[in-house]
Amino acid sequence: MSDIHALSGAYAVDALDDLERAQFERHLRDCEICSREVESLRDASALLAETSAAAPPAALRDRVLAEIATVRPLPPVVTAASTPHRRRRLPAFLAAAAAAVVIGTGGVVWQQVDDDGPESRTEQVLAAPDAQTFTQVLPGGAEATVVRSKELNEAVLITHDMPAAPNGHAYALWLQHDDVMVPAGVMPPGSDNEVLLSGDAASANGAGITVETAGEEHPEPEGDVVVTFDFESEA
Amino acid sequence: MEHLRPVTAGVPQEGAPAAPDLADLLKLCGRGDQNAFAQLYDAVSARVHGLAVRVVRDPAQAEEVAQEAFLEIWKNSGRFDPAKGSPLGWLLTIVHRKSVDRVRSAEASTRRDTTYNQQNQPVDHDSTAEAAQASLEAHRVRAALESLTPIQREALELAYFGGYTHTEVATMLDLPVGTAKTRIRDGLIRLRDTMGVGA
Ligand SMILES: [Zn+2]
Repeated sequence: MSDIHALSGAYAVDALDDLERAQFERHLRDCEICSREVESLRDASALLAETSAAAPPAALRDRVLAEIATVRPLPPVVTAASTPHRRRRLPAFLAAAAAAVVIGTGGVVWQQVDDDGPESRTEQVLAAPDAQTFTQVLPGGAEATVVRSKELNEAVLITHDMPAAPNGHAYALWLQHDDVMVPAGVMPPGSDNEVLLSGDAASANGAGITVETAGEEHPEPEGDVVVTFDFESEA
Repeated sequence: MEHLRPVTAGVPQEGAPAAPDLADLLKLCGRGDQNAFAQLYDAVSARVHGLAVRVVRDPAQAEEVAQEAFLEIWKNSGRFDPAKGSPLGWLLTIVHRKSVDRVRSAEASTRRDTTYNQQNQPVDHDSTAEAAQASLEAHRVRAALESLTPIQREALELAYFGGYTHTEVATMLDLPVGTAKTRIRDGLIRLRDTMGVGA
């Protein structure tokens, strides 16, 4: 039994940290044994709640019933070819646009939109008077910075000492609009990069980098999250 | 596949004269049936709320978590899949996940209200104990927990009720790194097999 299978019990009782949880959920998609085991262990863990039952105040019932009256239940998941796990909401028009993004091992899908001026678009963003900077330091010491100019409606990702993506994988870039992660390009190989993100940077409320399988279409993040940026967090 | 029964046969819980079938209720909820949801609420609210209180501890926050969980249960009711576990297991998973997220994020942001919460713990311990003891199921579960090794039981309780990660549990119990997850899993398997739930 490889190590990852042994996490089924800890997963069933939410005893994994965020990274392990993401890794294990990925594993669950391919491992029928663990999926079955998690289902049964969750039922077992629910038994523990029998020992802590405590009636809530009556007012909670009123609040809950009033609240649900204002919300429609989600539609059922209609069986589709793709995996139902961890699906993120993605409006159809975005999905269509996103389908064009393909992570290639060597091929670069994104590129500077225009080089017609004396400054590249990237340089314009970095020099923009309204540029906002969001920096994150990764566990290994690598640094990732997003610079955004709302006026130019562009964002640039700058990396330093970024470790290479695992074999057969690439770093995918995303702009977050509400809860939807919209593809914003792929990072080229190399530890130090300046990448102009594609998409609507001005209205985005965040950005992220994930590790995805190279050479596949990724309309939404599926792999491990490397780092996220919250555009509303600026002090 | 045999699943955890929502209510022990013949033992009315939480004032329900006859145990409604939770899976049926969820199905009706998925179609927008608010009466079905009210029945569901009455059937499970003590377990939902009690779990949130046990994990979150702060009564006001526990109530918030319970309310959030109920909303999520309502929204996702049409997506409950009986092939993948019991209705109670499904909905308590939602409650537990929200409770754990709440304690962890509260700790990550600040510990400022620790003292306040410790001094103002208006959980009615009598009614809590009463509600728990009223359940024959709770007695069976406690008996089943006795069949676990002390380390299995402690690791499982720290993870489930304490909201700690298996790595933190290992440190707390002076276990070698990586063994707490095994204790948790072994404990759950023994509980599952003793109680005859799950696959
Ligand atoms: Zn597995």
